[in-house]
Amino acid sequence: MTKAGAIWHRTAPVLCILILLLAVWYAAAIALNAAWAKDKAARADKQLTFSELVSDTMAQEKPLLPAPHQVAQEIYKTTVLKKITSKRSLIWHGWITLSATLLGFAFGTALGIMLAIGIVYSRAMDMSVMPWVITSQTIPILAVAPMIIVVLNAVGVSGLLPKAFISMYLSFFPVVVGMVKGLRAPDHMQLDQMRTWNASSSTSFWKLRLPSSMPYLFASLKIGIAASLVGAIVGELPTGAVAGLGARLLAGSYYGQTIQIWSALICAAVLAASLVALIGFVEKVTLKRMGMLQ
Amino acid sequence: MSWVIFAVVFWLVMWALNVRLANSAPTRLKSILVPTLFGITLLVLWEGLVRGFNISPILLPPPSMIAARFATSLPTLWEDFLQTFIKGALTGYIIGCSAAFLMAIAVDRSDFLKRGLLPIGNFVAALPIIGMAPILVMWFGFDWQSKAAVVVIMVFFPMLVNTVAGLQAQDNIQRDLMNTYGASYWQSLTKLSLPAALPFIFNGLKICTTLALIGAIVAEFFGSPIRGMGFRISTEVGRLALDMVWAEITVAALAGSAFYGGMALIEKALTFWHPSQRT
Repeated sequence: MTKAGAIWHRTAPVLCILILLLAVWYAAAIALNAAWAKDKAARADKQLTFSELVSDTMAQEKPLLPAPHQVAQEIYKTTVLKKITSKRSLIWHGWITLSATLLGFAFGTALGIMLAIGIVYSRAMDMSVMPWVITSQTIPILAVAPMIIVVLNAVGVSGLLPKAFISMYLSFFPVVVGMVKGLRAPDHMQLDQMRTWNASSSTSFWKLRLPSSMPYLFASLKIGIAASLVGAIVGELPTGAVAGLGARLLAGSYYGQTIQIWSALICAAVLAASLVALIGFVEKVTLKRMGMLQ
Repeated sequence: MSWVIFAVVFWLVMWALNVRLANSAPTRLKSILVPTLFGITLLVLWEGLVRGFNISPILLPPPSMIAARFATSLPTLWEDFLQTFIKGALTGYIIGCSAAFLMAIAVDRSDFLKRGLLPIGNFVAALPIIGMAPILVMWFGFDWQSKAAVVVIMVFFPMLVNTVAGLQAQDNIQRDLMNTYGASYWQSLTKLSLPAALPFIFNGLKICTTLALIGAIVAEFFGSPIRGMGFRISTEVGRLALDMVWAEITVAALAGSAFYGGMALIEKALTFWHPSQRT
């Protein structure tokens, strides 16, 4: 198969499904918004033809399900046409969420790596901390988010940090689990080799354990950053809808602005996808330079 | 001050004990004892520091106060548990996981669907799906149906991706053997593919337990009847009754751990043959 053929072979089914999804979306928009359109027409004593009905369901102000092009228009309006400093700009809101996400992700990754090193090097820590790390994830931390925000606000910590704290809690777990696996990835033969060279435990950490944990680290980072973003968005809910993508969601749901909700949602999805893609890119470059990727 | 000193000394003693236990010959009892001691130590440390530094219970109530509140408000907690966990999370979990399971079998049969749906599934699994909550609350109303709908969407894709990966887990040689026996599609599905997929399926089921609980609770922030764990947390935070909030968190943690543990037990019973289950 040629190269172009191979790409087509891989993308064609995805495109098909995407087009199908778009079609389902339009159909659902017509079906869900029809009731309101008919209601409006009945009050105005008018009979709607089918084409009038369809065009009305596509252009409502507060539709039950906005049509894709309405959402696209809204996104275009709030990103390109608005100034970035304006409070209506999605880029401004997205940046606030992104900064909390990145801060929390950095904290979470640091905490996760430190815990993992402790767990790998100390048996006592392995036996006592590891079960609790796992239990900590069965606690729905997102549910606790409002409390953390309110409490930290009361102590005088506000702004980015409370949100970053929630992001940190969500992102440290995949990093711990992945890094513990990764730092233990070198087999006995390699560890014995280090011992033969009389390497100190810090040398064998820097030259053997850390490099061989890299693929595991990047796999965890991809999960961690997605979790961080979710944490930052949920962390914005209880602050009274001031700023950020989460605030746009909440404000939209208060005032029934469905188009605003969907545009914030799509913006969050694009943000998540680009963050994961960015880490994937860094992973590829790093592993290539380390010679771990052909 | 004596509280702080007591807590720190207690912590040091327990840590020394744990180090001793961990470095001696491992037994089954010790693998439970060590984490338990560590958990108790954390609670004592929390209690001691909160009392010793006179931290206001509005900021961080000590564990004893939370336990007292837990004991006195059992009926409320039970009502919230029924509303959020049994009605919202569990219904959604069952619907979402079974739908994803059936979808995975269809996807596994068709190469076109596999190539089309899997990249999208992987993509969607990384998205902040919880953001769909306000929309679903708008569609399905304030009661538990909308919470179940959020849970369905949250668990669907992780479950789908895991099950599809599992259905491809059998070796060529095993598939050839089924062909040699002249096994029909359904026979090889039930006798080979599904059993071989079980470890992956349970991995998905376990991930989804936490997602289900989170989905059900967070969806209640966007509107709910006057009961439910998420509702209680958001209103009690507003009243600064943090002991009640922590009691709800305890319920959520217990429910989440029990849900996860239950799945792990079923997994152990059904996939006893898998290398990861051998001890």
